[in-house]
Amino acid sequence: MKNKILEAKKIVKYFHDPMTIKVLNDIEFSINQGEFISIIGRSGCGKSTLLYILSTMDTDYEGELIIDGVSMSGKKEGDLAKVRNEKIGFVFQFHYLLNEFNVLKNVMLPGLKLGKFSAKEVEHRAYEKLRMLGIENEALKLPNQLSGGQKQRVAIARSLINDPLIIMGDEPTGNLDKKNSEIVFDIFQQLAIEFNQSLLIVTHDNEFAAKTNRIIEMEDGKIIRM
Amino acid sequence: MSLSLTVSIAKSLLMARFKQTMVAAVGVTFSITMFIGLLSFMSGLNDLLDGLILNRTPHIRLYNEVQPSKIQPIDRFKEFSHSHNFVNSVKPKSSKVEIYNYGAIYQALKKDTRVLGISPKIACQVFYNVGASDLSGNINGIDVEAENKLFSFSEYVVAGNLIDLKNTSNSIILGKGVAEKMLANIGDVIQVTTSKGELVQLKVVGFFQSGLKDLDNVQSYASIETTQKLLGVSKSYITDIQIKLNDMTLAPAIAKEYREIFEVQALDIQTANSQFETGSFVRTLISYTVGITLLIVAGFGIYNILNMMIYDKMDSIAILKATGFSGKDVNRIFITIALSIGFIGGFFGLVFGFTMSALIDQIPFNTEALPTIKTYPINYNPNFYIIGGIFSLITTYFAGYFPSRKASKIDPVIIIRGK
Ligand SMILES: Nc1ncnc2c1ncn2[C@@H]1O[C@H](COP(=O)(O)OP(=O)(O)OP(=O)(O)O)[C@@H](O)[C@H]1O
Ligand SMILES: [Mg+2]
Repeated sequence: MKNKILEAKKIVKYFHDPMTIKVLNDIEFSINQGEFISIIGRSGCGKSTLLYILSTMDTDYEGELIIDGVSMSGKKEGDLAKVRNEKIGFVFQFHYLLNEFNVLKNVMLPGLKLGKFSAKEVEHRAYEKLRMLGIENEALKLPNQLSGGQKQRVAIARSLINDPLIIMGDEPTGNLDKKNSEIVFDIFQQLAIEFNQSLLIVTHDNEFAAKTNRIIEMEDGKIIRM
Repeated sequence: MSLSLTVSIAKSLLMARFKQTMVAAVGVTFSITMFIGLLSFMSGLNDLLDGLILNRTPHIRLYNEVQPSKIQPIDRFKEFSHSHNFVNSVKPKSSKVEIYNYGAIYQALKKDTRVLGISPKIACQVFYNVGASDLSGNINGIDVEAENKLFSFSEYVVAGNLIDLKNTSNSIILGKGVAEKMLANIGDVIQVTTSKGELVQLKVVGFFQSGLKDLDNVQSYASIETTQKLLGVSKSYITDIQIKLNDMTLAPAIAKEYREIFEVQALDIQTANSQFETGSFVRTLISYTVGITLLIVAGFGIYNILNMMIYDKMDSIAILKATGFSGKDVNRIFITIALSIGFIGGFFGLVFGFTMSALIDQIPFNTEALPTIKTYPINYNPNFYIIGGIFSLITTYFAGYFPSRKASKIDPVIIIRGK
């Protein structure tokens, strides 16, 4: 049997403003080590909301989230930050790099925070990741000197710096043209196949989804297919 | 999170808003500069004013006062011990203000290790004869060398030579005010009338100016021997023993001790000059209040800048949190920013404050009343710098406290959703 790295148990989420609505309804599924999963569904069905919960950033929900065999219920903010730092890589639609730092430092920051390796080693590892994504030449540029596709690759490099258990992406290709989308997809595919990296990617791109191992389809806060 | 990482992130955020940071730091610099400048000057002024009085005042003065006998004859009767006594038949003896046993007391004081120096004195009432009128005044008979050693007397002798007072018999150093009224010049011979009605001629060898007009208008100095002759008393006649201690704060306790041992009146400097301490205290209080007010204003500046910076850096904070930085880490980053502003601003404030004090110290300040002062007084007390430094850090810490807390509470989900 494959190793379960993430498990969602009866996750329910309400929003109370302007009125109480149930956005997620009894979400229950699990992810195994090395799986490349996509989440699809109509706009507003609760994909992003689910991803924020799974990434431990949103703690206001009912049900239980288990990451790497450990329940996230009742964990303090600082401990959750640690889990995010160590076990989860996040890639957003709008790349979200820190404009105050160059590309290299952006990739290094979560590694420096983790403190498992010395600054020198973290830098070495960051270069490795950048090389793998074909952007090592941009290492010393500032984020705003890069193209959209390049930025997204830097964000992926950053998500990889601590060798996370899983990479989560909220429409990471949503803002990219077809060519760049394909590049990003190929990178994910390569990570999944070559490095046995688990990935959970929200997408609107059905073509993209079709190429992943497993598709989770949502509708009105429920999983209708997985 | 390691300190170097905190500092490196704080530095990058600071650099991204360099101009505003500068403005905030300059605010701190300005207030610390003013704080140091003001305090150094005020305190210098305090020292000067205190010195005017305190340097010239003995820490303990031993003297005899004309006092009625404490025990009246009727008190000796037990029968009346519970009755009110209004029969005070024994009046003070003739005005004998001499300290008995001067020689013995002097020897005892010499042996006391707490005593820095002793200067005997004779107070003597006279009238200065100016033409047809007499000015009342007094002559202090002093031991010239002891007086100079303890009270820097020569600093106040503005004309003539102090040592002539010792070397020339029947000489006098006139108060500046007295000399002006008498139209006396150095070398002139003036005439005074003693309290016993005798006319004595004295040679003027100098003028002195204490800075206190009331004093300079009545006071003159002569040697002990001259004064004794003036009064027609024996060589052992002394009315005051002025004592300086190694530690001024012990004065009240030691005065009490002497009062009991030597059976004389003993007045300590704290009791004699309590009003000056009040004045100094108020001036110091004002300087601190102004300085700290300035710092608080600067603190609000920092508060504003940090709030702006946090508003500006919402996205960055959200990203830091999403990638595993905790609220505490973010809090630390912003506190570091605030403290750096305080540290850098405060450091330059201390430097400029010192420069400002040094400049004030150069400004000429000549006044009739203060012959020994040539420039504005400054006190370079290192404590001001320590307090200024600490306060700049404390203020900036508090200015950064709430913005940092706000930053640490930012919910990354809200920010990321908002894009
Ligand atoms: N802060 C909020 N307060 C109230 N309702 C919210 C809030 N955030 C999201 N919602 C609602 O929750 C539902 C799910 O939103 P969510 O962002 O998860 O959708 P999504 O599936 O990611 O959509 P899209 O594909 O457009 O990104 C939506 O109906 C949205 O209006
Ligand atoms: Mg969404």
